[in-house]
Amino acid sequence: MKQKQRCALLRRIDAALTEFYAAPYRRAVGRAQREEEDLFMLLVFSESLGVPNPVGFHTLELMPVLYERFHEWHTRMGMERSPLEHVGCC
Amino acid sequence: MNAIFLMVLGMGAMLLGYFFYSRFIADKIYRLDPNYVTPAHTLRDGVDYVPTNRFVLWAHHTTSVAGAAPIVGPAIAVIWGWGPAFLWVTLGTVFFAGVHDMGAIWASVRNQGKSIGTLAGGVVGARGRNLFLVVIFLLLMMVNAAFAVVIANLFVSTPSSVIPVWSAVIVALVIGQLFYRYKVGLLWPSVVGLAVLYTLVIVGNSYPVLLPDGLLGLSARSLWILILFVYCGIASMLPVWMLLQPRDYINGMQLAIGVLLLFVAVLIGAPDIVAPMFNDNVPSGTPGIFPLLFVTIACGAISGFHGLVSSGTTSKQIDKETDARFIGYAGAVGEGMLALAAIIACTAGFASLVEWESIYDTFGGGNVAAFVQGGDAILSNGLGLPDDLGATLLATMVVLFAATTMDSGVRLQRYVIQETAELAGVRIGGVIGTIIALGFCLALAFGAGEEGTGGMLIWPLFGTTNQLLAALTLVILTVILVRLRRPTWMLVGPLVFLLLMAIFGLLVQLRQFYEAGNWLLLGLDVIILVAALWVALEAVTAIRRGGSLEPEAGEEEQQ
Repeated sequence: MKQKQRCALLRRIDAALTEFYAAPYRRAVGRAQREEEDLFMLLVFSESLGVPNPVGFHTLELMPVLYERFHEWHTRMGMERSPLEHVGCC
Repeated sequence: MNAIFLMVLGMGAMLLGYFFYSRFIADKIYRLDPNYVTPAHTLRDGVDYVPTNRFVLWAHHTTSVAGAAPIVGPAIAVIWGWGPAFLWVTLGTVFFAGVHDMGAIWASVRNQGKSIGTLAGGVVGARGRNLFLVVIFLLLMMVNAAFAVVIANLFVSTPSSVIPVWSAVIVALVIGQLFYRYKVGLLWPSVVGLAVLYTLVIVGNSYPVLLPDGLLGLSARSLWILILFVYCGIASMLPVWMLLQPRDYINGMQLAIGVLLLFVAVLIGAPDIVAPMFNDNVPSGTPGIFPLLFVTIACGAISGFHGLVSSGTTSKQIDKETDARFIGYAGAVGEGMLALAAIIACTAGFASLVEWESIYDTFGGGNVAAFVQGGDAILSNGLGLPDDLGATLLATMVVLFAATTMDSGVRLQRYVIQETAELAGVRIGGVIGTIIALGFCLALAFGAGEEGTGGMLIWPLFGTTNQLLAALTLVILTVILVRLRRPTWMLVGPLVFLLLMAIFGLLVQLRQFYEAGNWLLLGLDVIILVAALWVALEAVTAIRRGGSLEPEAGEEEQQ
């Protein structure tokens, strides 16, 4: 019982420290991550933008996975509707 | 007089300020509303806008606003005696800084978490935004130059801090890697990291590192300044998670430990204050206390930099609007306490008045070295730390703080340069941008005084600019309040005082620089003076315009 309580306390301290560590830089780190993911999405959608893609066969499979993210991207970029004709995410 | 009395008096005043004055401001002026849905909820995106626990947010807000500046300012200003510095820090924190910081958070929360710079664009117009960019660039340039000199001076006067300071970089790098690459919990790395750091403080205490004078024809101090800027250039281009983030984390812990140790040591050792309350016997060349005191201590009494933090990051993470009182006002109190600790260390840590006077023998003499030396005496008296260990500990604390500020300062300066270049239609890469930023800082540090002493000469100018920024924020807050038809005198009072002191201080220094033939600083002074007059002009027109507009219906008026 005591062991358990001690474990829970340690876990709570750890969580608080993690929050203290992460909170101020969440923004910078999140931005960097978002930029990287945008780049990846650009690679996947490159054929639709007219950029030849040597691994198009494989990235085609990824398109459904990225649909949600694509929608999130174009709304973030200030476009209400999907800018690509054949991608009707909304 | 005993230092405990000063400590209790200062803390008591600030706590009374928090419990009574801040409540009055929060209820009657800003009318913080517990039911208002903050941007952290309405715009929640997991990146910028995240509702955050108020204690965590307070800890962050406080550690990001409190750097080395609230130590440097008071450490210089006690030359006029402890009385004026103490009064300005206490009253400034209670009536100026707390109201300003809390207000900046409130204004930003009520405007979708926009920063004060953007709000300036909306309230004052496009000119307001440009003015803001100019002031921020000057502020960053001066803080980088001044802190490089502060650190270099400490490395020369307390060479035992060299080993712990540079090893802290390695400790931070390791913690960063453990956290991101190996997803290790933070508890044990923090405990081990701090243990390693404090062990290295002990090691460094026995092995001081001195740079040889005359290497490359430069003095040790100039050499350190160059090394620091090279380090900052590299550090500011690394991704934040690699070095800056873990460094900030360790600094936060270090600050808490350092300040706690100092206050406990004062309580146990009960040292007497040897410095006079009002120093009638100031060394020749010391400028008049009025207005210079009010620009020498900026951080610790009121600082515009807080407004940037409050409106830039804190406001986007605030969970409930009423938390603004705790985070903003108590954050300012946290910094005031640090300044109070600095005042006590610089006035009570000496054996006699004669010794104190021999350290404060010129204006700008003493400085952080006095803080380190005085703090060391208090620590060894109160806690029985071995000789000089306290000095190493405190010097390490100050240097780590100042270095982290420089790291993020150079980074921000690069962004400002890139943004300005983009407005002019030129694209500048990260490396070039950093080199330009460093060029400005080095030119200031070396151009304004020989051997890189220029960094310290600009301290009052830095304080003035910092307060101009605070004045600008107060203008924006006043305009918002005027349009809501609420009382504004608690903001207009500090605003008028700050602007008068800033302009008066700039004129006094203008004459000094002219007499000394220091044309670089004269030019800088003129630029800041123009900015100050500009702020004053914008303030008058914006407030008058705000008064003639239709009252804006806040939700409380509609009820």
